[in-house]
Amino acid sequence: MIDLSINGLPVSVPEGTTILDAARFADIPIPTLCHHPKLTPYGGCRLCIVDVKGINRPVTSCTTPVAAGMEVTTTSPTIEKLRKTILELILSDHPNDCMVCEKAGDCTLQELAYFYGIRENRLDGERRVYAKKDDNPFIERNMEKCILCGKCVRICDEVQGVGAIDIAYRGFNAKVCPPFEKNLDCEFCGQCVSVCPTGALTGKAWGQRGRQKDIKEIETICPYCGCGCSITLHVRRNEVIRVSSREDTLNEGWLCPKGRFGYSFINNAARLKTPLIREEGQLKEATWDEALDFIADRLGKVKAKYGADSIAGLSSARCTNEENYLFQKFMRAAVGTNNVDHCARL
Amino acid sequence: MKTDLVVRVCMGTGGIAAGGAEVMDAFKKHLRSKGVTARIEKNCTMHKVGCRGLCARDVLVDIVVNDSKTTYQFIKPAMVERIIDEHVINGKPVEEWTVPEDYHLFHNKQVKVVLSDCGSVDPEDIESYLNVKGYDALKQVVTTMSPAETIGVIRQSGLRGRGGAGFPTGTKWEICSKETSEHKYIICNADEGDPGAFMDRSVIEGNPHAVIEGMIIGAYSIGADAGYVYIRAEYPLAVERLKNALKEARKHKFLGKGILGTNFNFDIKIKLGAGAFVCGEETALIASIEGQRGMPRAKPPFPVYKGLWGKPTVINNVETLANVPYIIRKGAEWYSSFGTEKSKGTKVFALTGKIRNSGLIEVPMGIPLREIIYDIGGGIENDKAFKAVQTGGPSGGCIPSHLLDIKVDFESLASVGSIVGSGGMVVLDEGDCMVNIAKFFLQFTQSESCGKCVPCRIGTKRLLEILERITSGKGREGDIELLEDLARDIKATSLCGLGQTAPNPILSTIRYFRDEYEAHITKKKCPAGVCRDLLSYVILAEICKGCGACKKVCPAGAISGEKKQPHTIDADICVRCGACFEACKFRAIGKG
Ligand SMILES: Cc1cc2nc3c(=O)[nH]c(=O)nc-3n(C[C@H](O)[C@H](O)[C@H](O)COP(=O)(O)O)c2cc1C
Ligand code: SF4
Ligand code: SF4
Ligand code: FES
Repeated sequence: MIDLSINGLPVSVPEGTTILDAARFADIPIPTLCHHPKLTPYGGCRLCIVDVKGINRPVTSCTTPVAAGMEVTTTSPTIEKLRKTILELILSDHPNDCMVCEKAGDCTLQELAYFYGIRENRLDGERRVYAKKDDNPFIERNMEKCILCGKCVRICDEVQGVGAIDIAYRGFNAKVCPPFEKNLDCEFCGQCVSVCPTGALTGKAWGQRGRQKDIKEIETICPYCGCGCSITLHVRRNEVIRVSSREDTLNEGWLCPKGRFGYSFINNAARLKTPLIREEGQLKEATWDEALDFIADRLGKVKAKYGADSIAGLSSARCTNEENYLFQKFMRAAVGTNNVDHCARL
Repeated sequence: MKTDLVVRVCMGTGGIAAGGAEVMDAFKKHLRSKGVTARIEKNCTMHKVGCRGLCARDVLVDIVVNDSKTTYQFIKPAMVERIIDEHVINGKPVEEWTVPEDYHLFHNKQVKVVLSDCGSVDPEDIESYLNVKGYDALKQVVTTMSPAETIGVIRQSGLRGRGGAGFPTGTKWEICSKETSEHKYIICNADEGDPGAFMDRSVIEGNPHAVIEGMIIGAYSIGADAGYVYIRAEYPLAVERLKNALKEARKHKFLGKGILGTNFNFDIKIKLGAGAFVCGEETALIASIEGQRGMPRAKPPFPVYKGLWGKPTVINNVETLANVPYIIRKGAEWYSSFGTEKSKGTKVFALTGKIRNSGLIEVPMGIPLREIIYDIGGGIENDKAFKAVQTGGPSGGCIPSHLLDIKVDFESLASVGSIVGSGGMVVLDEGDCMVNIAKFFLQFTQSESCGKCVPCRIGTKRLLEILERITSGKGREGDIELLEDLARDIKATSLCGLGQTAPNPILSTIRYFRDEYEAHITKKKCPAGVCRDLLSYVILAEICKGCGACKKVCPAGAISGEKKQPHTIDADICVRCGACFEACKFRAIGKG
């Protein structure tokens, strides 16, 4: 363990811990924009600067490992002035249209601007203006709002292993984009969307369906496959308007395109809500009891006439392990056949 | 007749551009046709050499007859025949074409270590380097010295990195040598991206083997098994000569498996850079070799602990490495006898701008700036007044005339707000606008910023915008203070050396030429008459003869007046191109 002091408070953390993690461990806040606990430290936004005694310039706490006897100061008038300049610079190149931005209320940049009280900006100047170009049904990319924190690039590479985007160009024109600025054509898992601290990356389906006000967040399990990822439904007026996933869950906040963006079926008018039984060529609504009785009756008759091995069962990858276990148990014990299979094998 | 004859034709990038290859061919042809080659056979050698400093005088040719050297300047193929007839055959040099006195003055105050063999050895022939004791240092090191002893000599010599930061080379090698790892690397940084810098390029073009020898000695010292030369693709001649030199060094067993019969294995690869200034920064350079976007990463960890492919890596500049063989051969004491207490040895500078003798120079550390400008450089072009010297390129600053007697070494330049840097030295005269100079460098750093960190990416853009508005007459009260304030914040918070030093040209010009900034902002005037938007042209009625010459050349139709009557310029229409100013024979047009 390494002993150091942060703002005069003694802290003891394992070797290799960054100053930022040590501070968070001690519940001392440090603002960050480009840091993500699961990604390689980046050091791009420079907001997490702190003073270390004996070093003549501020260091970024997210990249600097602790050392024995280190004396760290996380806040001082000088440090806060530097952070404020950095925020002013970011905001000087930002559309500042929080009024209509999808991300308002859940935006790290907006929150920092609020805490640092930045209204007039002495550093105003040219802003990047980009024509939007993205023909995909999932991810809305508004790169004028991008602060180049690089989280999307890193998550796509380090977590998803896809590498669909990177930073191109230099200087003020640096820009996150797919190769040769083509249309984004990737797996559309939306991991990038989930880590973007600003409104640069959002879901296409989220647009004007509601932001943070009047939203109920409901924890549930994704119904798409047997993995059982934890998801959070953002519900407004009894309608799911967005899906996210928390980092402290089994799936660590990562989702696939279906789980993250494929929720429109929930309120679809064509969605099945009761069992249907076909009578004289016509599907008719039935109760569950009627349907189950019908199935039991027919299975019994088939088995009596042709034997149990004339029946086969096929289950689904969208069922849980437990459901699949029950299904094969039912086929073997109740029906009496080993003819059971699963769609994921086909 | 038995004569020794050596003909050396300058074929650096400058020499070739001036027609060096054609001059060489002319010598070959005429020496043969006049029977000289046949008569003296083996005693006649003719070869290309790299840059010897004064490229402005190219093509430069040395004729050495029986050890007596004569240097000719501005040689064209048509002049060759006469030189052979009068000088080579009849023994009388063609005086009118030889270099004048100032050519020798240019060289006299220089001390050449790194450049000592540049301009005399043939860079495309390893034998030529071997003839001047080339690779003797390597032989000495691998057969008689331990790595620790070798590092000891470099430490003692006081050699400090020539790539900008001046870190002690021996210390860097020592730290890396103590790391244990399956692989270690040594990288030669030949990215040289500073505008106006051509030191490293000339060293590689003129004497590539010295760099290679230095690298092999470094590899032996730290225990590296592989090396890279990271060189920009815009240096095709240097790349070609380097490739050829590596091939020859391999043939002589200076590279490869079992170097010189020992069990030391080491080889060097060339990695071409795409010309991004930031890739000269060591961590960005490593990322680039690894195939990633050239963006710096946070230090620690430093490359000596975790560098290329995560392995301990030493990165040294071309000039740093080229010093090494000479230090080993001649001894640490010899080397440290040049220079000052803390800055030992010599430094190569690219002397450019408004100076009579622009070119490549090597001087002992601690030489007074005045001697560089007036003795070596021959003073200011067109006898104008000296205004300042910009050193250290986009990371450096300006040294004004009242500091002309300052010594040129790491510490002294830093004390006045500039740096030695990689060795750019741009001389400015009274016709240069200091705000404009700062703007030039900010344009460069802004477009070369990698974009990773906020203060550099957006901060330098804002600095540049403020300078642009000042030079276009839209400067506001408080702009100087805003520049200073933002500049300090950018320096304090940027990730890498590029952003941390990008504001220096602004801070140093404000420090010494604040009045020029004020004149632009409050009086809307550019005292040097450079910033176009702040110029106005008026016709002085009492001088004007009404000849109409100005009216004819004005592209905007801003000038009116009857023949033989004083003309006038309509300031609202005038685009300030200066055409009238140039056209008026009577100097009747005032500019200001
Ligand atoms: C933006 C930037 C550009 C640089 N460019 C170069 C370069 O072109 N050549 C070089 O040798 N060093 C360059 N450096 C310095 C290198 O990072 C490094 O310090 C140097 O190569 C170390 O070698 P030395 O110790 O021999 O000087 C640059 C540094 C920065 C921050
Ligand atoms: S798109 Fe979002 S996550 Fe990606 S770099 Fe920009 S701000 Fe960061
Ligand atoms: S200081 Fe500039 S060049 Fe260096 S990392 Fe930051 S943006 Fe890139
Ligand atoms: S959080 Fe450390 S630099 Fe962005």
